[in-house]
Amino acid sequence: MSSGASVSSSLLNRAKKERSGYLFILPHFIFFAIFFLIPVVWGIYYSFFNYTLFEFDFWGLKGYAKLLKDRYFWIALRNTFYYTAGIVPLWLIKALIISVLLFPFSTRLQTIFKSMFYLPHVSSLVIISLIWLWIYEPQYGLLNAVMKLMHLPTQIWLGNRFLAMPSIIFMQFVMGGGSTIVLVSAALASIPPSFVEVARIEGANPVQVFFKILLPSIKPIILYLVVMGTINSFQVFTQVYVLTRGGPEFARQPWCTRSTTGLLKTSISGHLLPSLF
Amino acid sequence: MAAYIRIFKRKIMLWQVGVILFLTVLAVVSLLPLYWMIVTAFSKPALVLQFPPKIVPMPPTLENFIEILKLKNLLRWLFNTAVISVSVTTGGVFLASMAGYSLAKKKFPGNRIILWIYIGSMMIPMQVTLVPLYILVQKLKMVDTYWALILPFLGTPWAVFMVKQFMASLPSELIESARIDGCSEWGIYAKIIFPLAIQGLTVLIVITFVTQWNSFLWVLIATNSVEMRNIQAGLSYFQELYPMRYSDIMAASTLAAIPMIIVFFSFQKYFLKGITVGALKG
Repeated sequence: MSSGASVSSSLLNRAKKERSGYLFILPHFIFFAIFFLIPVVWGIYYSFFNYTLFEFDFWGLKGYAKLLKDRYFWIALRNTFYYTAGIVPLWLIKALIISVLLFPFSTRLQTIFKSMFYLPHVSSLVIISLIWLWIYEPQYGLLNAVMKLMHLPTQIWLGNRFLAMPSIIFMQFVMGGGSTIVLVSAALASIPPSFVEVARIEGANPVQVFFKILLPSIKPIILYLVVMGTINSFQVFTQVYVLTRGGPEFARQPWCTRSTTGLLKTSISGHLLPSLF
Repeated sequence: MAAYIRIFKRKIMLWQVGVILFLTVLAVVSLLPLYWMIVTAFSKPALVLQFPPKIVPMPPTLENFIEILKLKNLLRWLFNTAVISVSVTTGGVFLASMAGYSLAKKKFPGNRIILWIYIGSMMIPMQVTLVPLYILVQKLKMVDTYWALILPFLGTPWAVFMVKQFMASLPSELIESARIDGCSEWGIYAKIIFPLAIQGLTVLIVITFVTQWNSFLWVLIATNSVEMRNIQAGLSYFQELYPMRYSDIMAASTLAAIPMIIVFFSFQKYFLKGITVGALKG
């Protein structure tokens, strides 16, 4: 009892002594709590209600059940998986090839190349998507002009059910992945040169050096990139919205466009909230 | 790096040239779409629809830029974007630097718990809070105002985490000795910590600024009127309105992209650093 009291009083004393610590956090934490913590808790709470302009009744898990029966939810989820499974490995392979090829050169040359590969990232996804909307344009677009010049059949790239998603992934593959390259390069640079040196003296060829030494040494960063890439790809929205507006027939809609176009076009109905959790 | 060059020295000359060529081709391909944007922006609208496409705008024209600057909303969108980006960057970085400093250097009870709340929140994507955040903003009567576009970004968790990470490496003895000399807590932060951390904060400043300049989804949801959009949402709206005016769309895109390209080249090393601090130290 007395020891408990002394612990709490010493805690109080420490809190008093370090009260400036709280004061320094407080301004940021207020904004964080209002605009982040409250919405998260609210979102979970509302997901159990039928919430429209006119009604607010408790539904329990009915909203979730409705969502699982929604055909478009499954299409959206499948599309999101499709996009993620396409872009994450492609970016990783691109980054590995470029970083490994870059890695024997001087830091200065590396920085120049890394900057070039990173440059598209500072333009917004809206701009990049608009450029590709123009490149993919069926009648006057650059890609179909190239197809014509090579005597290949032209395509309606974004209007075709089977080509729309590969087209979006291709755009991301060509322009994106810059930060992945920077991270893989940084990981490669932290491998001690003696590792490679010893392997070379032992008679390993460059391919063996890559698979037996470089690749295992950067395993943690690869795992990190796969996890972060998957999380990010699951939030895909802008590209799909600008390029296809979810068409053809919602076939290319990832779940984020599904929930937001729902929000924009209809009132917020109960079954949309569960779709976000 | 020199060590590696020595290891592979014998075969290096020949394939070094090949590798550089290959990498240059890859880099050019990834920059080609940006070049195409600029070409289209400087071409006469009629020229753009010709086959085969002209890959150099001859003669270059400013016609498209003059055309889009006549739109009354374009300058407003750029102005909105600047207001939002500058406000969020100044406010957000300032608040995050104080919070991060406190979490890194002050041993108050609850320090770890607050840190973990911030780290846990970083795992939750923005889309999860989107709908409830919209409801909240609506209840606060902030829809279609600058407040809705600025205030939610003053409390981003990852900014605090990043500041905490690099402030942890600042020497604690400096703070102690300043305290003994009678410096106030605010004085320690403003006169010692802030100037010392300016390098790390610059990383946060450039990342926040570019993120805000390029933000799209939230602006699309939180604004109703065309005048309150930022440049990204404005561009998307413009394309929806005039889907075939590609030379104008590309001219407007060029105007929106150029400030960020300038920022990138001026703060290049901070960008590359920003990518690695987030991951390798985290």
